[in-house]
Amino acid sequence: MITEHIGLHEISGSLVVLDNVEDAFFEEMAELQLDDGSTRAGRIVMIEGKKAVVQVFEGTKELSMSNTRTVLKGKPMELSLSPEIIGRVFDGLGRPKDGLGDVFPVCKRDINGTAINPVSRVYPKNYIRTGISSIDALATLIRGQKLPIFSGSGMKHNELAVQIVKQASVSDNEDFAIVFAAMGVKNDVADYFRRSFEQANVMNKVTMFLNLSNDPIIERIITPRCALTAAEYLAFSCNMNILVILTDMTSYCEALREFSSSKGEIPGRKGYPGYLYSDLASLYERAGIVQGASGSVTQIPILTMPNDDITHPIPDLTGFITEGQIVLDRALETTGIYPPVSILLSLSRLMKDGIGKGFTRDDHKALSDQLFASYALVQDARSLASVIGEDELSDNDKILLRFGKAFEEKFLNQGENENRTIEETLDLGWELLSMLPRESLDRVSDDILNQHYKAKA
Amino acid sequence: MSQNNTIYGINGPVVTIKGKTDLKMMEMVYVGENALVGEVIRINDEMTTIQVYEDTVGLHPGEKVVSTSYPMAVTLGPGLLGNIYDGIQKPLSVIAEKSGVFLTKGVSTPSIDEDKEWDTVLLIKEGDTVTGGQIFAECPETPIIKHKALVPPDCSGEVISVKANGHYKVNDCLAEVRTKDGSIRGLSLAQKWPIRTPRPTKARLPITKPLITGQRVIDTMFPIAMGGAAAIPGGFGTGKTVTQHQLAKFADADIIVYVGCGERGNEMTQALNEFSELTDPSTGRPLLERTILIANTSNMPVAAREASIYTGITLAEYYRDMGYNTALMADSTSRWAEALREISGRLEEMPADEGYPAYLPSRLSEFYERAGYFESLCGEKGSITLIGAVSPQGADFSEPVTQNTKRFTRCFWALDKSLAYARHYPAINWNDSYSEYIAELGDWYKNNVAPDFLKYRNEIASILAEETKLMEIVKLIGSEILPDDQKLTLEVARVIRIGFLQQNAMHETDTYTPVYKHYKMMEAILALNDAAKGAIARQIPVSRILATGLFDKLIKMKYEIPNDNPDMIDGYITEIRNVFDNLI
Repeated sequence: MITEHIGLHEISGSLVVLDNVEDAFFEEMAELQLDDGSTRAGRIVMIEGKKAVVQVFEGTKELSMSNTRTVLKGKPMELSLSPEIIGRVFDGLGRPKDGLGDVFPVCKRDINGTAINPVSRVYPKNYIRTGISSIDALATLIRGQKLPIFSGSGMKHNELAVQIVKQASVSDNEDFAIVFAAMGVKNDVADYFRRSFEQANVMNKVTMFLNLSNDPIIERIITPRCALTAAEYLAFSCNMNILVILTDMTSYCEALREFSSSKGEIPGRKGYPGYLYSDLASLYERAGIVQGASGSVTQIPILTMPNDDITHPIPDLTGFITEGQIVLDRALETTGIYPPVSILLSLSRLMKDGIGKGFTRDDHKALSDQLFASYALVQDARSLASVIGEDELSDNDKILLRFGKAFEEKFLNQGENENRTIEETLDLGWELLSMLPRESLDRVSDDILNQHYKAKA
Repeated sequence: MSQNNTIYGINGPVVTIKGKTDLKMMEMVYVGENALVGEVIRINDEMTTIQVYEDTVGLHPGEKVVSTSYPMAVTLGPGLLGNIYDGIQKPLSVIAEKSGVFLTKGVSTPSIDEDKEWDTVLLIKEGDTVTGGQIFAECPETPIIKHKALVPPDCSGEVISVKANGHYKVNDCLAEVRTKDGSIRGLSLAQKWPIRTPRPTKARLPITKPLITGQRVIDTMFPIAMGGAAAIPGGFGTGKTVTQHQLAKFADADIIVYVGCGERGNEMTQALNEFSELTDPSTGRPLLERTILIANTSNMPVAAREASIYTGITLAEYYRDMGYNTALMADSTSRWAEALREISGRLEEMPADEGYPAYLPSRLSEFYERAGYFESLCGEKGSITLIGAVSPQGADFSEPVTQNTKRFTRCFWALDKSLAYARHYPAINWNDSYSEYIAELGDWYKNNVAPDFLKYRNEIASILAEETKLMEIVKLIGSEILPDDQKLTLEVARVIRIGFLQQNAMHETDTYTPVYKHYKMMEAILALNDAAKGAIARQIPVSRILATGLFDKLIKMKYEIPNDNPDMIDGYITEIRNVFDNLI
């Protein structure tokens, strides 16, 4: 049923209140028609008796109590979908932005999605080779995984995301596509992604949803939901392998905080709403593989840690939901290491079942365990060296320091276009471990050491 | 009910009805045209407030709220084992068949298969007197678990009719009982029980046995008792879920209830896959035949997350009443506490610590007190062991959920970020963790493993404590300057850390080790410690002691020694003595 309401009862921030509303429902879409002929989109966020609170995506500027007519659409927010959305650019609410006209819908889906039944999921096991040593060897990306990049302002997370897309050894693959959602990022950043996709010749495989930093903040809450609805459609109805890049989750969370406080909700930690965990989960959990479809949704959300603080609620809650994280480190970045992956803090939870014999190589697990263990010792040796000076260190600690430096310069560090095979990466790992005395490699069985440990001549 | 209750307001999962109603507190209701499941949580003369366990998108004011006049309850009976449920006991695999890959709301389906016939043996006859909790029939639920049908706790009287042994469905009436007030009640295999009320028992018994998990750092260093409660706090990536999965796989309980409370969907899928593939070493049957999974993933409705913990423990109590040892793993109780906070916020209650409601501690203690070793109403002995993961924000253990959980559990396995960074798993920190059960379990270890088991354990613990002290010095001045005997302590501690405490969940042999092997491993490490100390006393430098290669050999014994023959370690001990005797 479509009804029209003249005037408003109350305006506050991005919210307006309608009175005498009959038969509205929670999350119903509304269209606000202004006297000057323009329209704005909104959605019902609270109902109490005959009062309905509508959140206006484009903001309430220039609205008055009398210059508006509101039409309730009788349906929740839906996105028009068809295979033709690939290669298109949309705004944060899923409206075409590239001048190519509306999408002729094959179907329409509620952007909020619904949870995947855990019984119907397929446990992800196929690894995606990114050609980046630190990720492939130590935090392996698995198809259907959600693996965020924890970064800080000014660090090279965009470059890393682009390199993953370019090298994910899928660019020549027919059934592969990218869904890119920008939330509150600068125009330059969106441009950088567009140019990089063009250079990599994948632009015709990308669907973009752009809510830039000068776009309305409330739209930002919708943007990732549109992108994920598109991704789910392409993956589970069109059987494609979809890589979703969501950037920047920090802007998203800030928009959510602003929205929550305008509703007058009781704030939780650092002013973020108490339901931030559930809200983020409703996005991140929309990754995976399901029974009966050959496609997959793999997510790489990017977030900038405020003040590089990993215990800030945004990275903290994200880490509790996602299947691991890739953490970038400012100290490595300043020493010129690219990508500046802080491997001790990085983790891929799905890696354990997606590596080894039949996937990568049978020595992969032992190698990564040993690299983690040895590199952790390097950190201890470094902190000791900063107290007593390098000269006073024991011989073992001195070797560790040399190993640590070589590991960072040769293994972590690689060119933005350098695409290493998994063999190159693993062999390089053994070459570096061979700098250390054999008996200190206590995570590796003798069999594997006999095969891969190369003692110095 | 004649009264016409309709929805007035909707705010996320909270729905209100205006005006006076005759709904009862904590009563279960069906909300709206889709009959979403809800529970009454607040009543005053202006408004009745309901929390809805399913997604409220699309609800209209004016839709009906239907009263059921009974509290939120679960269905208990054969057919629970091997199932995966959501937080309010809807069977997810049946829902998947009905509505496909994505969860749809308002799907109404019985919790246990009502058409399956069970081969039932009746244990009562006409004229018998039955009392609440008595076992009146038996049927094999899975090849390893015999289901014992219990008379509902509130029912007792004289049996006036009984069916013959045979195949029956869960709702078939198997017997009729005339109760004291003269009314007739039918007994069937299935019964209902409200989730927020603990099932009654006869007595609480003292704790005597540990729950053996096959994890060295747990069974030897910080054991949990059968009927005890433990907390596993840890930041993200410290291995809470892997530890919980290991416990669910290897703990020697009869029944496992695994509650995935607000966690990842893929992890529940993994648990489901693994438990159907892995077999129980003692019976050779799939682990799923003794397991019930409850999944409320992080994107499923928040209110059902709050209920999932209670659903899980009620199912566990039901099997305990049959005389089984059950264990419940809840991953993670922080999500449950956050669900409480979210609902509390929507009710505009006055928040206490960090926004959590002031009743958080009392809810936690009510939950953990449902653990214990009990004599049930029918005289059987059964236990519930509770193991709750806690996800403190920012890995800060001073936050309210961790602190309050610590008060109500007697076993604390603190997961440590820096151990996890170095991939030392299980990342249970030996300085911060504790188990108060050690004293009560001492006799069991003495009688069932070895008389000096605890002595060895304490020696291992004191070497680790000594190492911690020495590391304070090493951090400042390096290890070079230490005297040889202290250097030796560091080396022995390294063997303990890497060779004993660290355990590889992915390794065929190491993923589970019997307690007797723990004992032999400690014996070997302590033998090496003693022999090496003797050598140091004879002025042999520590570098020569290390050059024997024995330290590295002991580190790898966890992989090399088969679990079915721990006495092979005696060969290592002889070798240690020989080598040191010849070291001059």
